[in-house]
Amino acid sequence: MVAPFALTLQQSNAERIYCLNAMAEEQGVQRGMGLADARALCPDLQTMPANQEADNQFLHLLARWAGRFCPWVGLEGPDGLVLDVTGSTHLFGGEQALLETLDERLGRAGLSAQLALADTRGAAWALAHYGAWQPGSVSPAENKGGGVAQGGRDLSSQLAPRGKSLEVLGALPVAALRLDEKICTGLLRLGVRTIEALYALPRATLTRRFGLEPLMRLDQALGHREEAISPLSEAPHYGVRMSLPDPIGLADDVMAVTGKLLDRLCDKLDREGCGARILQLTMRRLDQAASQVELRLARPMREACRILPLFERGVGEVDAGFGIDMVRLEAVAVEPMVDEQMTSIVLGGATGSKERGGPLAAGMSESRSLDDLITRLGSRIGLENVFRFIPADSHIPERSFSLQPAAWSAPVGLWPGAGGTEGSEVSRGSENVGMGPPRPVRLFPPEAIVLPLSCELDMDRREPPEHFRWRRMQLSVARARGPERIAPEWWWEDPLWRSGIRDYWWVETRQGWRLWLFHTPQNRLAHLSSWFVQGEFA
Amino acid sequence: MNDPFASAFPLRAGRAHEVTGQGATAFAAIVCGLGTKADQRPSLWLVEDWRADLINPVGLACFCDPSRLLLVRVPDQKSMLACAEEALRSGAVSCVVTELPRALSFTAGRRLQLAAEEGKSTGILMIGEGMGNNAAESRWHCAPLFSPHLHQIKTVSSLSHSSDSTLQRWQLIKNKSGTLGCWDIIWDAETRRVIVVSEVGERPYSAAQGRGRALCSHVAAE
Repeated sequence: MVAPFALTLQQSNAERIYCLNAMAEEQGVQRGMGLADARALCPDLQTMPANQEADNQFLHLLARWAGRFCPWVGLEGPDGLVLDVTGSTHLFGGEQALLETLDERLGRAGLSAQLALADTRGAAWALAHYGAWQPGSVSPAENKGGGVAQGGRDLSSQLAPRGKSLEVLGALPVAALRLDEKICTGLLRLGVRTIEALYALPRATLTRRFGLEPLMRLDQALGHREEAISPLSEAPHYGVRMSLPDPIGLADDVMAVTGKLLDRLCDKLDREGCGARILQLTMRRLDQAASQVELRLARPMREACRILPLFERGVGEVDAGFGIDMVRLEAVAVEPMVDEQMTSIVLGGATGSKERGGPLAAGMSESRSLDDLITRLGSRIGLENVFRFIPADSHIPERSFSLQPAAWSAPVGLWPGAGGTEGSEVSRGSENVGMGPPRPVRLFPPEAIVLPLSCELDMDRREPPEHFRWRRMQLSVARARGPERIAPEWWWEDPLWRSGIRDYWWVETRQGWRLWLFHTPQNRLAHLSSWFVQGEFA
Repeated sequence: MNDPFASAFPLRAGRAHEVTGQGATAFAAIVCGLGTKADQRPSLWLVEDWRADLINPVGLACFCDPSRLLLVRVPDQKSMLACAEEALRSGAVSCVVTELPRALSFTAGRRLQLAAEEGKSTGILMIGEGMGNNAAESRWHCAPLFSPHLHQIKTVSSLSHSSDSTLQRWQLIKNKSGTLGCWDIIWDAETRRVIVVSEVGERPYSAAQGRGRALCSHVAAE
């Protein structure tokens, strides 16, 4: 803390202070203050925009860590944790020692936290938020942001001894009861400043005036009414293991064990509505060495009978050594997966005939076997090497399609212009004929052609030359169609297209080759070769 | 059927075939397109990842549906053969095209043949000139053909839009289950079929006749 620092958040059209450090607080900056006001108070205030999502993630991380102190950890607002330590304090040497341990560990991690421990959740909340409050200080909110003094802090004031909540809480302001701003103001107007004073009021009149809330909160804080802590649910763990009494070494045995593990894992996945994307099979050998087989699936899957054969290749390559005595299977990456209608697939798959399951089932089992194939190929050469063509909207030939990994993309319904596949009469008529200029079946990086000298000298010539040499072949042009001018896309920096516009020609040679030539007239001025071949037609 | 082309061309499914020459890409694309249309299975195209000249789906769109085509880039020939075998055997694809830069051993070719039989898929091996393998079911030499009198042919002029002249000469230079042959064909993009323009030697025009005869004598010699 070398300089005043604060995090800001855009709230109702104004930058407001969201969180700040002790030094900024000393200079009079407060939470919720406008950034402009804060700058006026404290000219050297450093600020950064707050990232609430990351804060929330960090809080969950902290909640997981807090599980070491007790099993019952819940969230308290956007910036607090609540732990039910009943029955687990003795493990850390008592309540006071537990608080000290927590404080020390959080401090080591660079976190300043307000800690309190009490009989009830309400009392602990009050102590944590208002425990250090002095009646003379400017505002109770001042202490909220975590201005913890460095070093030797007395935590005993933050600890409410058993059954003495009222004595500890009595002097705190009524706001410590988690009451509404409105009720607090009302109580303050009546001169009820502290919890003690509130407790002394007759209950009936209080309810008549302020409703049920103040008494409910008071009862919760003092333990007359119970309040539960809802712990965060634990993320499901997708790992199963099997220890074997006798080591195994045959691939068939390992596959059998894997099958059993898969059944258990898939049950679990099924319950959670998830499918595995990456599976890791760890085999521990007798000599404690372990070998791993990783299986990356082309689609999230949870059918054991489909996944098992995909493991065959990986398991076959494992060196079993003196034998394997523990097998562990974990789904490292899972994805939510929608339920599919199973009946027709089972029917289509079991009978093995497409007619029985109907066209839908046939199509589905088709795509399933394709997914399995992609997985198999992926386990050999990497899933990122299996591509699907996706059309893209661009005139630049190299960018008029894109290659997407097949495992993470869905096929387009119908390729623009690729009619004919059972297309109706209407689509057939409109597509192929008026499809636009033809494109070569094979594209390669532009290759310069060698022109005869006569063409070289003719500066104004825009048509393709009659004869040229390409790939050490002497070709003569029989027919040429063009030009089709394609301009580079200025919004897309492409070094290949830096030379500017290109005039494309479809050229048929007497030798049979049908080539896609282009001419860059501007290159000629620089005395560079201006004719290139970029593709071959069918 | 006594039409030799009809008995040879829709390639025998469940077999591996070889194709060579400049027109091999179009030939493979046509086979993929017809195969995918016939049995609704997608096709797989295997290339080695160092190759700079990639197939262009926009250009292939008039032969087959590029959205039903998967491209697999493999690091070397060994893994290409492994992938091709796996894909053929799985039966999930109708056609597997492999662009082979180096010749195959007989064993490798035979393995692909067996895999294709098991998966009822068609394998297309695009090989270099003279790189053939005895295990192949058939071998085709495809080359684009130039003919100055193309539009005088009746069948061609009726296909007004195919003025792009996809005229090709397909020679069947090896066939395990039939006779050899040599045909000039045109691809009709609208109805998606191969049209035999005329058989070599019976053509009314004389384009590249000398060359054509030479090629056919080469066929006869084989």
